[in-house]
Amino acid sequence: MVRLAPPQMTGDVGGADEALRTDKLNLWYGRFHAVEDITLSVPARRVTALIGPSGCGKSTVLRCFNRMNDLTPEARTTGEVRFQGIDINGPDADPVELRRRIGMVFQKPNPFPKSVYDNVAFGPQINGYRGNMDELVERSLRKAALWDEVKDKLRQSGLALSGGQQQRLCIARALAVEPDVLLMDEPASALDPIATYKIEELMTELKNRYTIIVVTHNMQQASRVSDFTAFLLAGEDRTGRLVEYGPTAEVFTHPKDERTEAYITGRFG
Amino acid sequence: MYAGNGARRRVSGRLFQWLCLAATCTGVAVLAVLLIDVLMDGLPTLSWTFLTNFPSRFPAQSGILSALVGSLWLISLTALFAVPTGVAAAVWLEEYERKGRLSRLIELNISNLAGVPSIIYGLLGLGLFVRWMGLGRSLMSGALTMALLVVPVIIINCREALRAVPRSQREAAYALGATRSQVIWHIILPMAIPGTLTGIILSLSRAIGETAPLITIGALTFIAFLPNSPMDAFTALPIQIFNWVSRPQAGFHAVAASGIIVLLVVLLSMNGVAIWFRDRSRRRLQW
Repeated sequence: MVRLAPPQMTGDVGGADEALRTDKLNLWYGRFHAVEDITLSVPARRVTALIGPSGCGKSTVLRCFNRMNDLTPEARTTGEVRFQGIDINGPDADPVELRRRIGMVFQKPNPFPKSVYDNVAFGPQINGYRGNMDELVERSLRKAALWDEVKDKLRQSGLALSGGQQQRLCIARALAVEPDVLLMDEPASALDPIATYKIEELMTELKNRYTIIVVTHNMQQASRVSDFTAFLLAGEDRTGRLVEYGPTAEVFTHPKDERTEAYITGRFG
Repeated sequence: MYAGNGARRRVSGRLFQWLCLAATCTGVAVLAVLLIDVLMDGLPTLSWTFLTNFPSRFPAQSGILSALVGSLWLISLTALFAVPTGVAAAVWLEEYERKGRLSRLIELNISNLAGVPSIIYGLLGLGLFVRWMGLGRSLMSGALTMALLVVPVIIINCREALRAVPRSQREAAYALGATRSQVIWHIILPMAIPGTLTGIILSLSRAIGETAPLITIGALTFIAFLPNSPMDAFTALPIQIFNWVSRPQAGFHAVAASGIIVLLVVLLSMNGVAIWFRDRSRRRLQW
């Protein structure tokens, strides 16, 4: 079995602070070793893309950052994930508080069967938000570039919106609890090109304030929106490993690993 | 290469279609005959006084008031005991319990319980509630016995409904920092209401028509007063009907048919209200 060398970490992450870091992160689903020894430093207020072919474990890695894998009973992790210096799997870490500070947007838009307003207000409500809810809802919808489209139908069901609007509603919902990090799991893969473009534009705007980690198997998207790119690949054993990580421009123009080059030039995957 | 049996396949296809239609018609026809027969026997004696009179030695003066009120009491108390218990048990089994050998055993037992003949529950109720707990032949004993009978059905249906809530909805809520109980209360239970209601409708409809367990625990058949509290003696529609049918006088048989009509109306309107409520909550929760 070929063991990969530890990924080449670029010491310089564009002058940004580190928001999240994984250290030799491993995850098993039952006996299946899904990802092995992922060591990754995610810079704050940048977009970091996780790319790789289907089944390489990129979504699994993403779901380690907010402990979403806790919900899968047979999932087990080793190694460390540090968020602002704290081990998120440690005894002091609270997954509920963690998930408030690390929001998530899913592949398929999944608004609640509630009104547009209640979709956005849900997170603040359950987290005991005491401020002015109307203002917070408006602010969140504005940040998600959705306010102008829905300001007259806040009481309508969130499910009555178009797919692209639903996804931006989900982004607004995630932003409403004022997270520091936004995890996006192929946020545009279920959307048409125009809706996709809007989501990408939004990501570029949001990175001024939020750390964004996006999983995508659309390489153009990764090259358009991300500042850093991590390439994951599953070996013969179907276990995902980090092949290469660095500034997006470098990974796409001068990949260090020939498998990265093969993937981004479309020779497999 | 093909046998060219198109004609034969068409015929057998047609035949199958007719068989299915015939089977459907059989069910509908039996129901129609039953309804017509009951209506013909019972409508002449069905009147306002029939609804407001107590039972009597004379068929013409017999009424169903005590049985109707008894049944309404019984079903309300049963729902009061069975719905929270059934739903809470389903939530535990579906959302909290770790899946393993023990949970499979419990699951199997609940499915079996749902299939136990009702008279067995009657015997249990007689021993447990009437005698051991000393509740006597009261509404309370009847309702608790009925609750035992319907809880497994509610659990099974509620679990189905909980399981049908998409994973994406749970994940969305957890990802916002919801605790498990918040996810259950705010997301999962509201979405499971329509399916759970179906189970509740079905099980309560079964309970309102049940006779055997009530006879076993000794519900009375001749009551000329209305129950004032859950500790009072009572009678119920099926028991009253059973009693009238077993009388030798033909007059009582007609009264029994009227009683059946009342029972059917109660049952259908219960179902109607619940179905309306279910559809309303389903419309609100398009997903």
